[in-house]
Amino acid sequence: MAIQKDFLTDIKPTWCPGCGNFGMWTALAQAYVSLGLEPHQVFMSFDIGCCGNGANWHNVYGFHSLHGRALPVATAVKFANHDLTVVAIAGDGGGLGEGGNHFLHASRRNVNMTFIIHNNERYSLTTGQTSPTTKPGQKTKTALSGAIDEPLNALQLALTAGATFVARGYSDEVTHLKALYEKAIAHPGFAVVEVIQPCVIFFDDENIRERYKPKLHKLEDEKWSPNDRQAAYVRSGDWENIAIGVFYQEQRPTYESHMPQLATTSLLKQKPKQDISRLMKQFQ
Amino acid sequence: MPKDSEQVLTWKIAGIAGGGQQVAGLIFAKACARGGLYTFDSSEYPSLIRGEFVTYRLSISTSPVSAIYQPNQLLIALTKEAYEYCLSDVVPGGAILYDSDKFKVEAKNVRGRKVFPLPLKTLSESAGVKPIAANILAIGATTALLKYDPDIVKRTLQEVFSAKGQEVVAMNLKAFDFGYHYAQKEFDPAAFPFTLTPAKKRGSQILVTANDTVALGAVAAGCQFFVAYPMTPSSSILHNMMNWADETGMLVFQPEDEIAGIHMAIGGMFAGVRTMTATSGGGFALMNEALSLTAVTENPLVLVESQRPGPATGLPTWTEQGDLAYVSRAGHGEFPRVILAPGDASEAFPLTGLAFNLAEKYQIPVILLLDKYISEAHESIAPITQKFTVDRGARLTDAQLTKIKEYKRYLHTTSGISPRAVPGQLNGIFLANSDEHDERGYTIEGFQGPERVRQVDKRFRKVSRIHAELPKPMLIGPKKAALTFIGWGSTKGPMLEALKELKNVNYLHVSAPWPISEKVMKTAVSGARKLVAIENNATGQFAELLRGATGIKVDDVFLKYDGAHFFPHEIIAKAKKLG
Ligand SMILES: Cc1ncc(C[n+]2csc(CCOP(=O)(O)OP(=O)(O)O)c2C)c(N)n1
Ligand code: SF4
Repeated sequence: MAIQKDFLTDIKPTWCPGCGNFGMWTALAQAYVSLGLEPHQVFMSFDIGCCGNGANWHNVYGFHSLHGRALPVATAVKFANHDLTVVAIAGDGGGLGEGGNHFLHASRRNVNMTFIIHNNERYSLTTGQTSPTTKPGQKTKTALSGAIDEPLNALQLALTAGATFVARGYSDEVTHLKALYEKAIAHPGFAVVEVIQPCVIFFDDENIRERYKPKLHKLEDEKWSPNDRQAAYVRSGDWENIAIGVFYQEQRPTYESHMPQLATTSLLKQKPKQDISRLMKQFQ
Repeated sequence: MPKDSEQVLTWKIAGIAGGGQQVAGLIFAKACARGGLYTFDSSEYPSLIRGEFVTYRLSISTSPVSAIYQPNQLLIALTKEAYEYCLSDVVPGGAILYDSDKFKVEAKNVRGRKVFPLPLKTLSESAGVKPIAANILAIGATTALLKYDPDIVKRTLQEVFSAKGQEVVAMNLKAFDFGYHYAQKEFDPAAFPFTLTPAKKRGSQILVTANDTVALGAVAAGCQFFVAYPMTPSSSILHNMMNWADETGMLVFQPEDEIAGIHMAIGGMFAGVRTMTATSGGGFALMNEALSLTAVTENPLVLVESQRPGPATGLPTWTEQGDLAYVSRAGHGEFPRVILAPGDASEAFPLTGLAFNLAEKYQIPVILLLDKYISEAHESIAPITQKFTVDRGARLTDAQLTKIKEYKRYLHTTSGISPRAVPGQLNGIFLANSDEHDERGYTIEGFQGPERVRQVDKRFRKVSRIHAELPKPMLIGPKKAALTFIGWGSTKGPMLEALKELKNVNYLHVSAPWPISEKVMKTAVSGARKLVAIENNATGQFAELLRGATGIKVDDVFLKYDGAHFFPHEIIAKAKKLG
């Protein structure tokens, strides 16, 4: 049985002290342990960003992809070897900006994997520019008089695009987050977990954590039942009275289950059929 | 067989897109193949589904024919526009059958070409067949005029349409017979100087495009996952793979865009499954960042790029060899890659097998560079019997991994190749990292110059071994000649045909245009007295790459970039001028 330490490499994290990413890292390793997974059974693909730098200290099979491109690599690895537990990591920039198209299509496709979005409302690695989730009016290096665009809401996008598991966590609520990750990974389908992740450097509000505290509410405490897509859409859109927990979950056959090619074993375990003699008939 | 234009007879049908001429043409090609004749076809069409001018040409011969000929002996013109556009290509003594229900030609003889009215609508109506069968009626008239064996054509019709039911078969046979007898009666075939005689020896043949043989090659190479976003002229690879999926067990997937496509191809290979993607120039442009990703992660990639004329959307359904220089340099940063450019459908098959082996053995991107011409032209070849030896490269078994104390995916080795593990294997955990990294895959940022240099050198160390595995330039024609053409990819076919007529000329065919080995190329051109690059582009891209890599300077270039491929007679004329 693996323990938490087994999921960490010997590389020292380079995240800033106090960064929300630490809580997410811990919660994920703990979730893997609780699910009884071994490091070699897990595949993670990472975006580029502060979040993606975590590729170096997660001890699992990893692919540190290009900016915006965690999902297509993850999808393909799942197609090739569906015995693996597959988790993709991106920031709000990579997940909703550069890779927004992949996010929409992964949501409707429903491949059995988990997508974790580190939402710090900034492009942090590139020193704090506006991101797709930056609140209007927020001043950044690239919005000198305050951001103009309406922010994207990752969960509302996921819901409208057809994702079958939609949840939100908070990086400082490690135990709660660990439970969310477990549910997401156990969910048979595309599971989206947006995590509110304070960036201590580029949130110009030093008391960001203090400000979040009174606004955050656990859905469990609201006796929420996660089976109403429209209710989930409305509740996940409230940024004053912010809810964390599972907004929505639905059982829909995964993409893989529609593929007769994957019905028995993984592609990796199959012996390819290389005989072309029958295929040539159509050309006669 | 015709006497002039040597051994080749070219038949052409021209009309409106959506009229089914291509389908009818291909049936006639199959009927020729069943009679032991060799064929090569080519379609010209705009990027529309319906309503515009299209042509289908078929060059037929008793010996293998590897290009389409421009002069034709028999033209079927279904519209006035088609008639006017195609008239000049018909040889003196040739014939034009025109749809006299659509337009009128008063003369019976136009500059030495016989003109026959073929009222397709009227004839279809009296035959009692649907308008869609009018093309088959025209095939009937063709068969009569060329004095070809009608039973062979009818057998072909039966085989082709059998899947659509007896009613469809019966209708097409009826249309054929009607056209055949009409021509017998009205056109006096005996007076027509061109005849198509079935061969005595009839081996079985297949009619395939290079896209078909690439798809077959991928299956034969053990490809299990194919992912591609549609783009002409690469799409028929996707369609083939889809149609075959039940039989091959291949996972065939249409992603949201080419960027997803290439990342999925990378992911599939990363996970240990042979994967391929295909696109054209525009889609390839979207894939460029990821091409560079395959390099730094040393992840195998097999990618098909079938070129069409650019820039941008360009001429989407026409042909050009305009992307070689681009593909040889595409992607940011410096890294080795291989470009294989088959000259025809036959060559595309083994090169696809080679592409997979090179990609996995050297953990590099390998690009199969085709173009619209060979991607869509059907060539009759003998059924493929070649079986590939699959080389999956240095892959560690579970047993080997358990013996390794600390597995290093990017271990510095003398060959530059580091043994791979795939996800799921115990003891093989590593990070494939788009950041420059150390031997384990972990990011090295700043202050680690020496490790960076070691990684770059490791990746480039593979190149000398790669050179040794690439197909050498192939000299076709006489050993010594006054004039040597040098080309790559699809110029091969028209060159081969031209050489049948040219004496003191030979052709150096390069099917692996990148990377270029100075030693190999200097040897290859050493006997050339006058070296002329022949390329289907505006700037002589291979000639430029050759000069950059070896200092070899061609004496002249022969370029074409009007959207069409070379025709044999153009090469012959050029050679005569140069020689
Ligand atoms: C194609 C490309 N464009 C831009 C960048 C530069 N870049 C790196 S990370 C990043 C954004 C990071 O923001 P986010 O995705 O939200 O992740 P965070 O750093 O906040 O965790 C950008 C723009 C890049 N690496 N690649
Ligand atoms: S810049 Fe922000 S997001 Fe990045 S490591 Fe520092 S605190 Fe975390």
